Amino acid sequence: MKKVIPFIVLALGALWVASTLTTRKTSAYDLEGFGRLPVLANGRIKPLDTVARSSLLQLQGRQRVKIDEKNSIQPIEWLATIGFDSAKADTYPTFEIIHPDVLALFKLTPDDGEKRKRFSFNQLKDGVPELMRQSQLAQQLEAQQRSPFQRAVVQLHVNLNLYHELKHTFVMPDSEDFLNELLRFQSILPEGVAAIRARQQGEAYSENAFNMLISFGQRYDAMSASSGIRLIPPYEVDHGDDSHDHDGHAHNEWRTTGQALLETFSSGGIDPNALAYAGLAHAWRAQQPEQFNRIIELYGDQLHQYFAKELKKTDIEARFNSAQPFYTSMVLYMLAFVVAIASWLKWPDTLGRSAFWLTLLAFVVTTAGIATRMWLEGRPPVTNLYSSALFVGWGAVLLCIILESIFKNAVGSVAAGLIGFGTLLIAHHLSLSGDTLEMMRAVLDSNFWLATHVIIIAIGYSATFLAGFLALIYILRGLLTTSLDKATADALSRMVYGIVCFATLFSLVGTVLGGIWADQSWGRFWGWDPKENGALIIVLWNAIFLHARWGGLVRQRGLMCLAVFGNIVTGWSWFGTNLLGIGLHSYGFTEKGFWWLVSFAVSQVAIIAAAQLPLERWRSKLR
Amino acid sequence: MSEYRKAFVDFFTSLKLTVVLLALSIVLVFWATIAQVKLGVWGVQEQFFQTFFVLQKIPGTEIPVPVFPGGYFIGGLLLINLIATHIHHFKFTWGKSGIQLTHLGLIILLLGELFTGLWQEDYSLRLDEGQTKNYSESFRDQELAIIDTTSPDYDDVVVIPDNVLAKRGEVQHPALPFRVVIREFFPNATPQTRGQAPNDVIPPVTMGFGKDFTVVPLPLTYRQDQANLSAAVVELIGPQGSLGTWLLSAHPFVRPQSFEYDGRTFALSLRHTRNYKPFSLTLLELRHDVYPGTEIPKNFSSRVRLTTPDGHEDREVLIYMNNPLRYAGLTFYQYQMDSANGYSVLQVVRNPSWLLPYISCVLMMLGLSIQFGISLFRFIAKRRAAA
Repeated sequence: MKKVIPFIVLALGALWVASTLTTRKTSAYDLEGFGRLPVLANGRIKPLDTVARSSLLQLQGRQRVKIDEKNSIQPIEWLATIGFDSAKADTYPTFEIIHPDVLALFKLTPDDGEKRKRFSFNQLKDGVPELMRQSQLAQQLEAQQRSPFQRAVVQLHVNLNLYHELKHTFVMPDSEDFLNELLRFQSILPEGVAAIRARQQGEAYSENAFNMLISFGQRYDAMSASSGIRLIPPYEVDHGDDSHDHDGHAHNEWRTTGQALLETFSSGGIDPNALAYAGLAHAWRAQQPEQFNRIIELYGDQLHQYFAKELKKTDIEARFNSAQPFYTSMVLYMLAFVVAIASWLKWPDTLGRSAFWLTLLAFVVTTAGIATRMWLEGRPPVTNLYSSALFVGWGAVLLCIILESIFKNAVGSVAAGLIGFGTLLIAHHLSLSGDTLEMMRAVLDSNFWLATHVIIIAIGYSATFLAGFLALIYILRGLLTTSLDKATADALSRMVYGIVCFATLFSLVGTVLGGIWADQSWGRFWGWDPKENGALIIVLWNAIFLHARWGGLVRQRGLMCLAVFGNIVTGWSWFGTNLLGIGLHSYGFTEKGFWWLVSFAVSQVAIIAAAQLPLERWRSKLR
Repeated sequence: MSEYRKAFVDFFTSLKLTVVLLALSIVLVFWATIAQVKLGVWGVQEQFFQTFFVLQKIPGTEIPVPVFPGGYFIGGLLLINLIATHIHHFKFTWGKSGIQLTHLGLIILLLGELFTGLWQEDYSLRLDEGQTKNYSESFRDQELAIIDTTSPDYDDVVVIPDNVLAKRGEVQHPALPFRVVIREFFPNATPQTRGQAPNDVIPPVTMGFGKDFTVVPLPLTYRQDQANLSAAVVELIGPQGSLGTWLLSAHPFVRPQSFEYDGRTFALSLRHTRNYKPFSLTLLELRHDVYPGTEIPKNFSSRVRLTTPDGHEDREVLIYMNNPLRYAGLTFYQYQMDSANGYSVLQVVRNPSWLLPYISCVLMMLGLSIQFGISLFRFIAKRRAAA
């Protein structure tokens, strides 16, 4: 029986992973089809589903939207609501506000909010002018000099702008029936244009038609100014690697709905894409799912003729979003960790192997997730801080799996569970700032260097962290349990040494390659930039570890403490240098991360201090 | 005596020294990283790395005291430690070949950085669209140029570098019919209309733009996005007495100031130190592409024509991010760009030791791989034997 358990665990895990790939229908509307429609935002073509999710993460720190006490809706349904029936979306609590002074600007208290921190647009709208004033005051200061209140004010201002933008992406939010409005616009167009021409030539004209056309024009001008999300695909498609032709003609560009409607004045006919979205809004407001689904189907077919390539990507991306592979792996890593710890207390073989299989499953899911992102982006795996968190975790888990298949003592699984879970948690928090598939800035736009320097450095981080976590296991297990015998302690020490060798190789080579990249693009090999210094400190730290060991200056326990300190060094290099907000590498400024980093460093120092207890006081007898 | 020698050798070849130096360098690098927020990257390089000691002023005074070993000190000792240890203990074995190769690479890397610090020259080359230049300009050094523009065909130029200006005093040059007396020099100052400046610190000026303008001295800046622009007050004195006193400023809006003397025409200009090349570059086109619908830069590129007076070179080159032009021992990088105002700035670097890091990288990669491979192989063999 016990032999079968690991396989049952694996099978259950695999079943669960498979279940995340299927989609459940929760609405009579074809929201899935709606979520796959392509849109150009932040420089890339993505599905509406991604717009919905990254907007919600930015606004309220989670993807689900609570609509009343019991029910919540999917991100795409929220996007449809805000786009087609914004008055209803205004009642949903989608703005996260934590700072009490910011709430005071709106005369609100935490008790007014959902979970004491989320508020609806309707709760905020009266205080918007005051917020704008505060935000303008705050923006006179440089970002680093702003107080927490000022930062919160500016962030809320940015969030309200995003909300306003989403409202004006599909239709004019104040229009009861936008389809009807567009049809009226279409019908008045010939008469209105004639009136304008006549007026220009000083002839008699219909004042009514003239005024109506002008007011339509003003509305769509306002709409165009309110949203930068380019929903309307180009007329002509050019699948070259550059999206404009040589003169940068607009007919090859994606446009916002407002821009497309303004073009009616020159083209004489309303853009059919804009009409399709107006039709969707009509069906949504009239609560006619059949009509809604029919438009999705027809519009999808039509897009497919010209945009098959884009649709394939948006389709995969929307599926990827709904499967949430990184969330799945997080749960699996947690399970693997718990099971592996349990294996030290009971059934070492059965539970140890179960944990190993769970780790392997989680690793496969993460790998698939990272591979999908690479395919979507057409880039090597690490392009920003978010993807570095995914990759550092991935690399460390890979090393753990190798260790575990050699040593088979569940240490690898515990470390894998801990690091895998931890890095995915970090990644989740980094994803709150918006879309994680960002465009690369010109300076960093080199797939060759992204694939070499960045990857090698990230593996160096993985290995240094892994060595540190193995050392943590050594110390905590030795101090707090009786399970660390001499053989295990020696095995752990050998693992740490091996991993530090590996870390030294990768950090050193990665750092030098980084210097060569800098020489290629900035004209200097080494510039003492904070991130460069961070990488250098990791190399130096690993060198200290190795030299101290070779020189016999430090013994087993001391080496473990050195390895734990390596965690702080790596944490600093990875995130701390970004907090300084200076230098060429200061992408992804993470402010909230600061306190997490400090707490992490303090916890590591505490463990090093605890390890200084005389060995007689350790619960495991290592002497 | 030999005992002292032994103690001496033991000290410089000890692993303890290595570990201590590595630890000190971590502290130095970390401190310098934090200090960068205030000092900027140039300031940090000067005060932490290209120095033997980190100096700090005693609070309330201007007296600097060494508080920590600087980059040259630690790097130099590490280099001695590294070389001494290897000479002292050198014995070739395959088992140690990886380590030795790695350390050789490290020595080359450290030497490369030393040579770069000593020999690297950095210049900037700003080109407006359509403009041709055959010189680049120093980022930080400035010079006083006295240009004899009498002949329509050529200029005669006498330049006085800013470190001479800083000493004030007098300069007499055989090509000039007058002496140059430097009355005042400010390493960083900004021009201002006379009367607007709160308290005028400069000596009286009788000629040129200084009649209407003065300068306000500023503290030296180390920020990467700001430049130190010097200013000077000079008096020219000929055999018959003073020609007048001029105020000069390196600020870009101050044009060269000309005057006539002894039937010749001269111009005075305080400018970034020029470095003339035996070839010229013309900016044909610049491009600054962004991703559609965003402000995120996708690419910067400058299309330039490279020509030499002898006509051997006449070709077009595209310089863009991660793709510099290497020519005549110089490397031209895309540095800054302002497409609205139609100019592009190239960074021009001469670094004779640029190849050393590449060599060192290969050596270290090879060395560590060998070492790591040997350990792994031994480990597997041991486990096989145990099993």
